Amino acid sequence: MRLSRSLAYARNVAVVEVEELARTYRTSTGILRRRTVEVEAVRGVSFEIAKGELFGLLGPNGAGKTTTIKMLITLLLPTAGTARVLGLDVARNAREVRKRIGYVFGGDRGLYERLSGLDNLRYFAELYGVEPRVQKLRIQELLQLVGLAGREREKVEGYSRGMRQRLHIARGLLHDPEVVFLDEPTIGVDPVGARELRATIAALTDAGKTVLLTTHYMFEADALCDRIAVIAQGRIVAQGTPQALKAGVGEGTVVEIEVYGIEDAVVERVRALDGVSNVGLEARDQKQVLVVQTLPGRELVHAILGHLHGSEVGRVSSREPTLEDAYVALVE
Amino acid sequence: MRVARVLAYGWFFRMKMLMRSSFNSWLGVLYPLFFATVAFFMFKAGADSKPLLYSSLGAAVMGVWSNTATPAGSALAQERWHGTLELEVAAPVNFALILLPLTIAMSTIGIYSMAATLLWGWAVFGIPLQITDPVAFVLAVPATVASIGALGFVLAVAFVRFRQAWALGNMLEYPVWLISGFLVPLSLFPGWVRPISWLLAPTWGIRAIRGAALAGPSYGDIGMALGVGAAYVVLGLLLVQRALHAARAKGTLSLT
Ligand SMILES: Nc1ncnc2c1ncn2[C@@H]1O[C@H](COP(=O)(O)OP(=O)(O)OP(=O)(O)O)[C@@H](O)[C@H]1O
Ligand SMILES: [Mg+2]
Repeated sequence: MRLSRSLAYARNVAVVEVEELARTYRTSTGILRRRTVEVEAVRGVSFEIAKGELFGLLGPNGAGKTTTIKMLITLLLPTAGTARVLGLDVARNAREVRKRIGYVFGGDRGLYERLSGLDNLRYFAELYGVEPRVQKLRIQELLQLVGLAGREREKVEGYSRGMRQRLHIARGLLHDPEVVFLDEPTIGVDPVGARELRATIAALTDAGKTVLLTTHYMFEADALCDRIAVIAQGRIVAQGTPQALKAGVGEGTVVEIEVYGIEDAVVERVRALDGVSNVGLEARDQKQVLVVQTLPGRELVHAILGHLHGSEVGRVSSREPTLEDAYVALVE
Repeated sequence: MRVARVLAYGWFFRMKMLMRSSFNSWLGVLYPLFFATVAFFMFKAGADSKPLLYSSLGAAVMGVWSNTATPAGSALAQERWHGTLELEVAAPVNFALILLPLTIAMSTIGIYSMAATLLWGWAVFGIPLQITDPVAFVLAVPATVASIGALGFVLAVAFVRFRQAWALGNMLEYPVWLISGFLVPLSLFPGWVRPISWLLAPTWGIRAIRGAALAGPSYGDIGMALGVGAAYVVLGLLLVQRALHAARAKGTLSLT
């Protein structure tokens, strides 16, 4: 059994194997009359990530992305299903899994504020058993990699959001893990910083590491991920390459029309048009934009504008569907 | 070897962290002075200087315990809040090797509080610092600090398991003062309290320190403090894996 598994692992190299994984949280509320509330955060998800792949987990707030990651990194026990990382069961073999994976989350938590970046890294190097001889060099390399060299002796308290995030990534890579889990690593980082972080993330798979990434930025997922799973309400609703997901919205086009204070009834009438596959109303800057996805080969701009007469209309444009369109169509 | 390294570096790391917090806060400086003052007024009645030193030493060790029980709880609550608890648990090292240096560092900081209490008593109230057996005293202090750190470690394991357990730390602070005999001699308590006191390492620690200061060699009590402390460490080691398993099952390692 053991042998056959490791052989299979060597052959098709699925580094992460998730089968029908589920997690329910039980929380109790109230002091006098205690009520137990159950939240089914993840309801049976299955996916595999191959060696060297950059796999994206997308989904709206509360979809269960972080919960899934926390099961994979052994911080949460699944309530059902199984997950293996590098052939090791995450529930039963936690210690062995921990040695081989790295975990980075977004936001400014997860650091010892009163100490320097270097102190933070050194401590985790000890916890991960990084050989004392190689520690110094390894930390210097990582500081270079994430662009913190020269700032490592400053207290983390004084770090900007982007610096904290880069320190996080350096920490997650200290022990040179084979698999890296990144939960919203670019959240709250400015565009230039985020671009640098994305380059760092892309370099991870170039170095042969396997990466699982969650993000709310669709262009980021599109640019980075080899494959994506879209998760909504604890279930995977679509899985595939970014191209395949975009194709899933249809070969059609997306018509965008700037509108000002449009009525719901009008939106519904556009939605009912023959050849319209999806309609959304987005707020951008000061204006609203009506986003209409149409089936391939249909020229609907005139028909749509026909429904809009009477309301003020701005710029009209049409474009190819993006990953974001595909995503919106999937989770709505 | 690996274990010794993680423990030693962990202690050093936590000391660095604590020095930057409690030493900056006025409370850490004022508490021991407050303890010493209270202890002085409680025993002022007797003109003899021995009871004064007796109570001053009690107040001093009280400071060590107060620097461990409540702070251990709030440190873990903070680590939960900051998300560092999850990262520590996610590391492959036995989590006990992370917790133990944390609480030992806290009780070590308590040495400052101890020294401040004794010096304040000496400078302000003229409580003499005559130590009968200096060698035993010098050994009794670290033994007491280590055993109090070990008691904090057992508490910390409970804090990992139960999110609300920091309240327990606060609750235990004062009863332990009392039944370890920091303030009043144990002989004043009803008989059934005594076995509980014997289970508390601080009881032996304070006996060892007072013994060395006021009477003479107190190696028996030093041994007891170390023995009971070691038993706490073993208990904590046995419980920590279970506590973590429960926390992973319940999802209580983070706040969200
Ligand atoms: N420790 C917990 N106790 C109780 N419920 C929880 C806990 N953690 C998460 N949940 C709930 O589980 C669901 C999934 O949360 P999760 O954090 O996995 O979502 P997410 O996809 O990461 O969302 P986001 O994009 O906002 O980060 C949510 O309804 C959340 O409220
Ligand atoms: Mg999340």
